Amino acid sequence: MINLFEVRETNKMIQENNLDVRTITMGINLLDCCGADVDQVCNKIFDKITSYAKDLVKVGDDIEKEFGVPIVNKRISVTPISLVGTSCCKSKEDFVKIAHTLDDAAKKVGVNFLGGYSAVVSKGMTPSERLLIESIPQALSQTERVCSSVNVGSTKTGIDMNAVKMLGEIILQTAEYTKEQDSLGCAKLVIFCNAPDDNPFMAGAFHGVSEGDAIINVGVSGPGVVKSALEEVRGKDFEVLCETIKKTAFKVTRVGQLVAREASKRLGIPFGIIDLSLAPTPAVGDSVAEILEEIGLERVGAPGTTAALALLNDQVKKGGIMASSYVGGLSGAFIPVSEDRGMIEAAEMGALTLEKLEAMTCVCSVGLDMIAIPGDTKASSISGIIADEMAIGMINQKTTAVRLIPVIGKKVGDTVEFGGLLGYAPVMPVNQYGCDALIDRGGRIPAPIHSFKN
Amino acid sequence: MKKTVITVVGQDTVGIIAGVCTYLADNKVNILNISQTIVDGYFNMMMITDTNNSLQPFDVLAEGLEKVGLEIGVVIKMQHEDIFKSMHRV
Repeated sequence: MINLFEVRETNKMIQENNLDVRTITMGINLLDCCGADVDQVCNKIFDKITSYAKDLVKVGDDIEKEFGVPIVNKRISVTPISLVGTSCCKSKEDFVKIAHTLDDAAKKVGVNFLGGYSAVVSKGMTPSERLLIESIPQALSQTERVCSSVNVGSTKTGIDMNAVKMLGEIILQTAEYTKEQDSLGCAKLVIFCNAPDDNPFMAGAFHGVSEGDAIINVGVSGPGVVKSALEEVRGKDFEVLCETIKKTAFKVTRVGQLVAREASKRLGIPFGIIDLSLAPTPAVGDSVAEILEEIGLERVGAPGTTAALALLNDQVKKGGIMASSYVGGLSGAFIPVSEDRGMIEAAEMGALTLEKLEAMTCVCSVGLDMIAIPGDTKASSISGIIADEMAIGMINQKTTAVRLIPVIGKKVGDTVEFGGLLGYAPVMPVNQYGCDALIDRGGRIPAPIHSFKN
Repeated sequence: MKKTVITVVGQDTVGIIAGVCTYLADNKVNILNISQTIVDGYFNMMMITDTNNSLQPFDVLAEGLEKVGLEIGVVIKMQHEDIFKSMHRV
């Protein structure tokens, strides 16, 4: 039988260390909503989302009450809209119409974000995918809850550099369209390499074509729990350190597995995967950077940061993998600058640079995330940063992503406030030397060789 | 049988167990096990209960217990046993 010590440990994790389930995300297939008339398609999309997800928020709240563990977000991911809109969208405005429908559906069922205003163009793009990408600035500035992502590369296909070039400009345009809100639109746009089909985390979630009609995916969290466990083993060697992280990750993931199973049962929708990610929030004691500092860094960004992060990420997976029957999604430590108090402080004092963040993304999920850069950064430089990050993902057979926010009207040293879970961030400097000739070449970077790994 | 874990934490005072038990008895909740200890002057109690015959649904019971806790000056939480079992048992 459960004993008092175990009950106290669990409740301490929840009450003092911010243990929570970060998101229950329902993936919904919209391919059966296709049709020749955009208005009809919008109606079908609205009906399908609002009927499948009508109880999502209530079920999440019920589970939260009964188990006593907070479930922070209830969200929806849908089939990439570039596919759904192929048959009916003849213009950017048609796609924007669908974005409004998605936003309305999200509001109706009460979820705070809906992902899937997306295109997968890792090798090339169809006319409808091009239209969708072109419509992103309008869609994100006119809607509140819709999130967008574009997959521009993969290990199997290489990188579509035409899309990379285009997205540098699209990101700047989105920033311009939402400049009244500190270019917030860009916080809802992720550029991926090797994007997973079952990611429950926003802004990059979409319901991939390899999925069934509907699915429940759950993202766990718990940086505060890991940090607190590591405080107990300060000064001990790596074996003890790693064992502690593994055990903690196991416990955290078991909670996610329980919630996922329960949500799946109550909603009558199959359970997909648990995403084993350490996802920080700007709250005190909910920071991945603080874990790295507890491991032994004076500040995140110092020499040793990449090693500490590699270790952390690997142990979280090793501990979590046995706790769940199906693991998927992004599964790694997230290092979004604006959403992590330790990262923000390190960036403010100059300990953490864009280049070090890039190095860190080689060993963890997911990429250059929630980084504010000066609003006058050139589109080609943004494309260059995207290309670098995509190359890391392509060569290392992992998911990488870029979510940069060029904040219009702000310069290095200014602070940007996004609010809520998106947090705040100092504007970080970008290398001033250009890469126009590289980006202007056009075409694609071929898929890499899969042998001779060095 | 679905078991429910009730935890009570707070400053030690007269009548904590009595207050909680009275509320549970009134609502037909059967107590299966009680363990209690004092840590650093703080009262810590855990009850394992069976709520299957209760007159109230889970959320009403949990809210009622919270109120009882407020009256006595302790924090009372009610949770399904599964969260502890899944975290601490392989």
